[in-house]
Amino acid sequence: MSDVRNVIIIGSGPAGYTAAVYAARAELKPLVFEGSITAGGALMNTTDVENFPGFPDGIMGPDLMDNLRKQAERFGAELVADDVTAVDLTKPVKEVTVGGETFLAHTVILATGSGYRELGVPGEKELSGRGTSWCATCDGFFFRDQDIAVIGGGDTAMEEALFLTRFAKSVTVVHRRGELRASRIMAERAFANEKISFVWDTEVVEVLGDDRVSGLKVRNNKTGEESTLDVTGVFVAIGHDPRVDLIRGQVDLDEEGYVQVDSPSTRTNLEGVFAAGDVVDHSYRQAITAAGTGCAAALDAERFLAERGN
Amino acid sequence: MSAVKNVTDDTFEAEVLKSDKPVLVDFWADWCGPCKQMAPVLDKFADEHGEKIQVAKINTDQNPETPRAYGVMALPTFKVYKGGEVVKEIRGARPKRKLEEELAEFL
Repeated sequence: MSDVRNVIIIGSGPAGYTAAVYAARAELKPLVFEGSITAGGALMNTTDVENFPGFPDGIMGPDLMDNLRKQAERFGAELVADDVTAVDLTKPVKEVTVGGETFLAHTVILATGSGYRELGVPGEKELSGRGTSWCATCDGFFFRDQDIAVIGGGDTAMEEALFLTRFAKSVTVVHRRGELRASRIMAERAFANEKISFVWDTEVVEVLGDDRVSGLKVRNNKTGEESTLDVTGVFVAIGHDPRVDLIRGQVDLDEEGYVQVDSPSTRTNLEGVFAAGDVVDHSYRQAITAAGTGCAAALDAERFLAERGN
Repeated sequence: MSAVKNVTDDTFEAEVLKSDKPVLVDFWADWCGPCKQMAPVLDKFADEHGEKIQVAKINTDQNPETPRAYGVMALPTFKVYKGGEVVKEIRGARPKRKLEEELAEFL
């Protein structure tokens, strides 16, 4: 057991690091558990971030996160690239356990973000890393001159599809609805790209292949008709789910499983526990909104500590 | 100095296939975010377990032949080579604890 800290931040995307910058500048000496392989959050798997204000020429996602991390460190945030394994947030002094060690704090900021959603169809798991992928920037390279499919209709799906055209012979976007959910600028870029075609109102039934992906069995959800797409790669981009396994049963979640906060504050149902970023937000989900709520969470924690006289 | 050895298409046979010890090879590339997130995990893993298992990494961008020969289609991919054969394969990044669980038989 250690001394009781002012604030522990769990998570290290734009929300976690921004909370760390603010808490550190307020001299709260935050301890940040960045996660081991999730450090930096979702932006670590992106390429150009064109819409983060203040970067007129855009910035690479990993570079943006590296900058934010350095900024937090500069003001004295203690950053630990490890995974929290358990928490007890229900008592006045919060316990955060990492492997065999438990850390104590008066306040905790939850910024655990979200993880990619799986299709949940046969073949998907078995062929993961064998033609099924969730990271175009990582794996696109291996699909040079091949026909591949992207599943999904949001901005992430369009970004993946556009990125993959650098390598692939063709990219087929399979979307369960008749129109895209993506922003207009991303949709128009995808429509304008001659390597990209669209299959509408269609769901994936099975990822086919023995040792590696050889095709995709799909069903038109209007006609019920099943067919096979001849692709050797499948990139899944159908959205994300909040990472709440650690806190389930302690912190109130909404119907969709996101952390419920007393908006516009970042207070959860538990005193001294605040939440920010994608683990809370199912409507905006932007780097800048995550950073914004991360800032708010740090200020909320600072006020809470001041009121309590810590 | 890191206990992780950098290998290439040219040195793969000597350093990995002909190694006396089992070798955990990390197939990675510069453009792969999860690979970068894995790098410090592997460093720590190598520091702790380097006596039992050699940890090596190969940049698949600069060394395309080896990943092609071993059917690597995703990054990061980890393969354990023992006596010149692949005896274990792990695809995708994971925390150190998880990696240790999955590689327990070699530690």
